[in-house]
Amino acid sequence: METLIDIVLLSFLVLTALAVAKMHDLFAVVMLSGIYSLLSASLFLDLDAVDVAFTEASVGAGISTLLFLASLKLVGRYEKRTRYRPMLALGVVLATGTLLIYGTLDMPHFGSPDTPVHQHVAPRYLNDSMAEIGVPNVVTSVLASYRGYDTLGETLVIFTAGIGVTSLLRVSRRTKREEQQRVPADMQQQIILRVVAKWMLPLIMVFALYVQFHGDYGPGGGFQAGVIFAAGVILYTMLYGLSTTQKVFPRKMLELFAALGVLLYGGVGITCLLLGGNFLDYNVLRHDPVHGQHLGILLVELGVGITVASVMIMIFFKFTWRTVKHKYFVK
Amino acid sequence: MFAVTALTLLVVMALALARAFLGPTLYDRILAVNNFGTKTVLLIAVMDFLAGRPDFLDIAIVYALINFISIIGVLRFFEYAQQKTVEHGE
Amino acid sequence: MIELLLDILSWVLLLSGSFFCLTGGIGLMRFPEFFSRIHAASLTDTLGASLILMGLMLQAGITITLAKLIMILILSLIAGTTASHAMAKAALKSGMCPLDQVDRSQQPEIKAYKDKS
Repeated sequence: METLIDIVLLSFLVLTALAVAKMHDLFAVVMLSGIYSLLSASLFLDLDAVDVAFTEASVGAGISTLLFLASLKLVGRYEKRTRYRPMLALGVVLATGTLLIYGTLDMPHFGSPDTPVHQHVAPRYLNDSMAEIGVPNVVTSVLASYRGYDTLGETLVIFTAGIGVTSLLRVSRRTKREEQQRVPADMQQQIILRVVAKWMLPLIMVFALYVQFHGDYGPGGGFQAGVIFAAGVILYTMLYGLSTTQKVFPRKMLELFAALGVLLYGGVGITCLLLGGNFLDYNVLRHDPVHGQHLGILLVELGVGITVASVMIMIFFKFTWRTVKHKYFVK
Repeated sequence: MFAVTALTLLVVMALALARAFLGPTLYDRILAVNNFGTKTVLLIAVMDFLAGRPDFLDIAIVYALINFISIIGVLRFFEYAQQKTVEHGE
Repeated sequence: MIELLLDILSWVLLLSGSFFCLTGGIGLMRFPEFFSRIHAASLTDTLGASLILMGLMLQAGITITLAKLIMILILSLIAGTTASHAMAKAALKSGMCPLDQVDRSQQPEIKAYKDKS
């Protein structure tokens, strides 16, 4: 039964990818890539990778679609037709692809149990995780404790993306005044959506907090929680306007929180150094190594969640301010 | 019994996908994507009972939320764009 | 005995839910234009989802799974219906007219759109 679901979902994936490549209407392409993300997330579920499916759904089908739409308003709706046929590029791609596939024929089969990673690394993590760290969800223990340094790098990448977008897109005072004038006319026309969004927003935020702190016991963690929180705030922004939302989330506060999350993560590492252990060695944080690991993972995931939420909200705000300023190309 | 439901849901997802490829106007495609998302939520809930792991239901909640938020996002962006082009008299 | 009754009830609910979802999917493909398709898709979607989720609830027993399924049901009801309302309203405001014999050019939204452009 699972194999049948796998085959059907994979064929849907291929069909969607072909349709995305052929279409010229970019709005339709954005919608289809949302479907593509949902399909990949279902495939990950079928492969029993629950945390990955969680992240793929929230980031790929949610935030990416919204950010693509915001940038689509700036660049125009239809793909420009190319006037030449890229035969040389096609030839290079086919040759390189064939060489790569030929190279992978030497690798061990997908998921076979006698590959090196399944002999040394995975059994060590799976067998010792409960005793050393005491957290039921092995994915969280690997991500936040065994491979904590990599996760620090990922958080810094997200933070750098936020810095890049903020430094490139500036917002003038005239744009802010123009946006404030536009919103009140909308109130009567959108009353059902506004009431439902206002009702749903606290529930979305509580659910984001649940995902953040339940990440030790079930699927979840800092990334997913940050993205869900940002999605809730984006829903509110779309229906009530940017100026209203920026009274609650002003620009300086978002920048402060983005930096604060990374600082929290690095600060935990430095505290471990000062207390006598290695960098990001949580064992020394409390009197007992397992309690130290729990505290370390809690603080570190909190840092990741804060940074991801602030950066996503910041990027969305910047893109949307930009679309207020420019004339629209969409027909 | 779960297998029958899962198969039916896959068939409906295929039909919604066909409408997303074909649909002449943009709104047909938006409708197809919304339908696809709801069926994915149901498919996950059924797959959870097939596989016996109760963890999947968190993901179903997230999918339902994300589906709703992206549909509202698409409609708001498209509507703002229409309004602006009408105002500018293009 | 009570197990058998729950199983039969689950079967009935799941099968009828799948039937409604299937008719919604067929309607999505075969109706001629957008407003009839949204009528087919959203009505059967909500009903089919409710029946399937209720069928699953009977199989779950009194656990946290039951609470989560109730949450999914409430969320699906509210979000699904609001989304279809938003889609229909957006389509109407952009000037799309339903395919019937009634003359709609005097309706306020369509008149406002045509007067502006």
